[in-house]
Amino acid sequence: MLVRKRFLAMGAGLAITGLALSGCAGAGSTSSAAKSVTLTLATVNNPQMKDMEQLKGSFEKDNPGVKVNFVQMEEGDLRAAVTADVASGAGQYDVVTVGAYEVPQWGAQGWLTDLTDNLKADKSYDVGDILQPVRDALSSGGKQYAVPFYGESSILMYNKEMFAKAGLTMSDHPTWQEVAAAAKVLNTPEHAGICLRGKPGWGDLFAPLTTVVQTFGGAWYDENWKAQVNAPPFVEGVQFYVDLLKAAGEKDPVSNSFTECLNQLQSGKVAMWYDASVAASILEDPKTSAVAGKMGYVHAPVYKTKESGWLWSWNLAVPKTSKNADAAVKFVKWATSKDYQQLVGKTLGWTRVPPGARTSTYSIPEYKTAAAAFAPITLDVMNSVNPKQPGLNPQPWVGIQYVTIPEFQDVGNQVAQLVADAIAGRTTVKEALDKGQVIAQAAGDKQKK
Amino acid sequence: MRKTRGTLITTLTWFLVALFFFPIGWMVFTSLKSEGDAASIPPKFLATLNFDQYAIVFDRGMGSYLMNSFTASIGSTLLVLLLAIPAAYALSIRPIKSVKDVLFFFISTRFLPAAASILPVFFILKALGALDNITALGLLYAAMNLPIAVWMMRSFYNEVPMEIVEAAQVDGASLRVELTRVVLPILLPGIAAVALICFIFSWNEYFLATLLTTFQARTTPPFLASFVDGRGQFLAVLSAASTLAVLPVIIAGWVAQKQLVRGLAMGAVK
Amino acid sequence: MTTTLEKTFSPPRKPRVAVTPALRKKGRQARALVLPALIFSIVITQIPFLVTIYFSLLNWNQLRPSEIKFAWFDNYKVVFTGPDFLPSLISTVIITGSSVVLSLLLGLFFAILLDRKFFGQGLARTLMITPFLVMPAAAALIWKWSLLDVNVGMINFALKLFGVPAVAWNTDFPVLTIIMMLTWQYTPFMMLILLAGLQSQSREVLEAASVDGAGPWRTFQFMTLPHLRQYIEIATLLGSIMLLQAFDPIAIMTKGTGGSKTLSYLLYERAFIGLDVGQAAAFGVVTVVVTIAVASIALRTLFKVFIDGGER
Repeated sequence: MLVRKRFLAMGAGLAITGLALSGCAGAGSTSSAAKSVTLTLATVNNPQMKDMEQLKGSFEKDNPGVKVNFVQMEEGDLRAAVTADVASGAGQYDVVTVGAYEVPQWGAQGWLTDLTDNLKADKSYDVGDILQPVRDALSSGGKQYAVPFYGESSILMYNKEMFAKAGLTMSDHPTWQEVAAAAKVLNTPEHAGICLRGKPGWGDLFAPLTTVVQTFGGAWYDENWKAQVNAPPFVEGVQFYVDLLKAAGEKDPVSNSFTECLNQLQSGKVAMWYDASVAASILEDPKTSAVAGKMGYVHAPVYKTKESGWLWSWNLAVPKTSKNADAAVKFVKWATSKDYQQLVGKTLGWTRVPPGARTSTYSIPEYKTAAAAFAPITLDVMNSVNPKQPGLNPQPWVGIQYVTIPEFQDVGNQVAQLVADAIAGRTTVKEALDKGQVIAQAAGDKQKK
Repeated sequence: MRKTRGTLITTLTWFLVALFFFPIGWMVFTSLKSEGDAASIPPKFLATLNFDQYAIVFDRGMGSYLMNSFTASIGSTLLVLLLAIPAAYALSIRPIKSVKDVLFFFISTRFLPAAASILPVFFILKALGALDNITALGLLYAAMNLPIAVWMMRSFYNEVPMEIVEAAQVDGASLRVELTRVVLPILLPGIAAVALICFIFSWNEYFLATLLTTFQARTTPPFLASFVDGRGQFLAVLSAASTLAVLPVIIAGWVAQKQLVRGLAMGAVK
Repeated sequence: MTTTLEKTFSPPRKPRVAVTPALRKKGRQARALVLPALIFSIVITQIPFLVTIYFSLLNWNQLRPSEIKFAWFDNYKVVFTGPDFLPSLISTVIITGSSVVLSLLLGLFFAILLDRKFFGQGLARTLMITPFLVMPAAAALIWKWSLLDVNVGMINFALKLFGVPAVAWNTDFPVLTIIMMLTWQYTPFMMLILLAGLQSQSREVLEAASVDGAGPWRTFQFMTLPHLRQYIEIATLLGSIMLLQAFDPIAIMTKGTGGSKTLSYLLYERAFIGLDVGQAAAFGVVTVVVTIAVASIALRTLFKVFIDGGER
């Protein structure tokens, strides 16, 4: 029964592809969609994706016969499940949510459908509207393999009331030293000075920590893939982060990543937070946030570089193995279109529009009003970061808070576990990073060849 | 004097039991609060309670995940019983050589951590076209629970008085009669205990379900993670989903607890 | 000492039955009864295991599909010379061992408490077994967010009532956190089996002992404990096997930091973060071999259940 269904689905997929090839492509063709198609979409359990699930009915209404099933997973599970599926060509998912770290690697492997021509041909989609740094990060060999659902940089968020009470001010481009000094003043029994991620993981702890390392002049690798993990600037950056956590950070940092810090900020348990800019759109949602209107947002703190924000996007892509590629591409374009942003704004509220993907988002009048507190700075930061050389020295990969090699997530995770030991005081930063150097070098050696 | 001591021990018992039950009681309590109350500090012991969170959970389509969980758990449990009851009988009552080896083999199949075997299983299922298939998941669960079932069943058989079996054999009862008429009735509570434990393990399994199913055959545990939410508070709704997810097993456990204890003690309890 | 006690208190063993032709036929029947379960188990578990062994000989990173090649024992070299295996083995022994011992002791304690007749005995037992029924994934989430959280967690709230400052569980005591959660979850399981053992004791014998003037402690030591031995063994055996595979609390709470990286988490990390199929398989094969070695020694020396296995 199941097998038969598969064959039917495949047949339908082929028929649709055939129609597309014969020139019927385009958003408006409804005749081919008369056959029922079920798309399975794998995604991370982030709020913006939940909004997408809530609004999928609008797509299904416009495309009769197409049904979209959402499979939400925790980030780690999503990576495990989707990687195994895509790498083995199992073809269970028609649309996958992929991070900026994976897209170029998977694209180069030929695992994702090349969207370049389709996007360019569709005038109404206006692919040129997508932020250039994000597009760069999603392309490999001049081809675009995914479209951003939302993008983010990292910014410093602070509670203005707490700052005013303590008689402190915040500059637009703070240095880490200023932030550390302010955090120490703001650290009271009621609330911590600053929330910084400590959960051991390359995408958790090492997202903010890598940017700190970079602005301290360090990097994971030099131009020749020689690991730099126990080099003085890397050690200095990590030491600074660990010391700041100890002196004025939140309690139990090893438990904390984005969601946990967001929770603490909303309940007034911390005064500052250095994390993803996308958090601002959640903090400013008057329906769910207790601190809406009380927050200030400034550039990522720096030391030796001019900017220190990261660059990340969650993207939608269609695996090559999808049996419903045509409908899947249609859905991907719908969810990242200008119309979708209008739909979110009108039905769910303008602060919930997925940020950091399209330039035009920032000229929607309603959005400009609703997101006045954080929209300008998000756009500004995202356009000023440089994924090709985020640190002081040139690097042989494109990416800020990650290294675009398959081994990086493993290296990042293991070094993060070692740093977590240093945060807890079970080891020193230097000892942890000496061990990390060996792990990083082993991965670096594989790039040399 | 003696009575005071008794009261004291009873109080202590209840205090400790309450301590152990607290996380679950608290979860149920939280699931009935509003999100704001759920996250407040100091915790609110008096709050307006309602079932709003449960409505949200069902709205997200929890029903079909629960159905899949039932299918996989009940199916695999039945299969395990079908295989384990005769096997354990032979390993206990019937003389068979290399009992130890067979028993050890069964238990050793549990030694390979799921994380190591899951990729091979993934590739095998992919080759068979059986990914996202509830039957495949049920078979895997059966294999996962069979060793424990065989071991437990065998220890129950061991408690069956040999005289009864021998009397039946002397009477010339066939194997089938011996098994179904004589031994099984004594074993019923034991079988209930094994069935319940297999059901619990299948129902609660997370890892295989996450990687080997997507939507059609997805069970409840992987669905829970989607209630952790970066936007605002989610303790109450997460608690509601968790409560629903554990409810069937808890009810089964509560209803069958006499069988569970009796099954484990095998008939010696009156 | 124990052996003499055992002889005193355990019932005499049955003599072995002589082998006759009739028995041989029964032997054939018996094999026919075991076979379906055996075949099923072999098909479902051993084929993947063989595939695992094959994978362990390959150089295979999921993100480098063009570089898959036969690598003989390279992955095993990594297992034995790399820095991961031994610390992980030690973590596994510490976490599994302490959780088994703690939940066994607590389980025995609760079994004794609940074996008494008292007000609400049935309800207390019902509530007490519940932690074992709860889905580990749900339990880990509830522990992380509602109990151990530094700000809103109930355990820290309770500590504060006694003037103890909030504890950063995952940061400062990752291993203890995992042991605590596993012990909570497995105490009911141990209790259930031991309670069954207690209730299967003959009341008459216990009463006779008390009439003879044996104190409760002596009765427990010389009668109850030997009687419970078989139950303790099966509880330890099943408990160890299940706790050995514990994964969810580590993945959800500590992420393997501070000595909490057990073999089952290490394997996960190799397969799904390192994406190294070959290495993960090699770690898996070595884990199985080590576990079988330890288990067969333990079973053959410590476990009466198993030593007597063939004698029924």
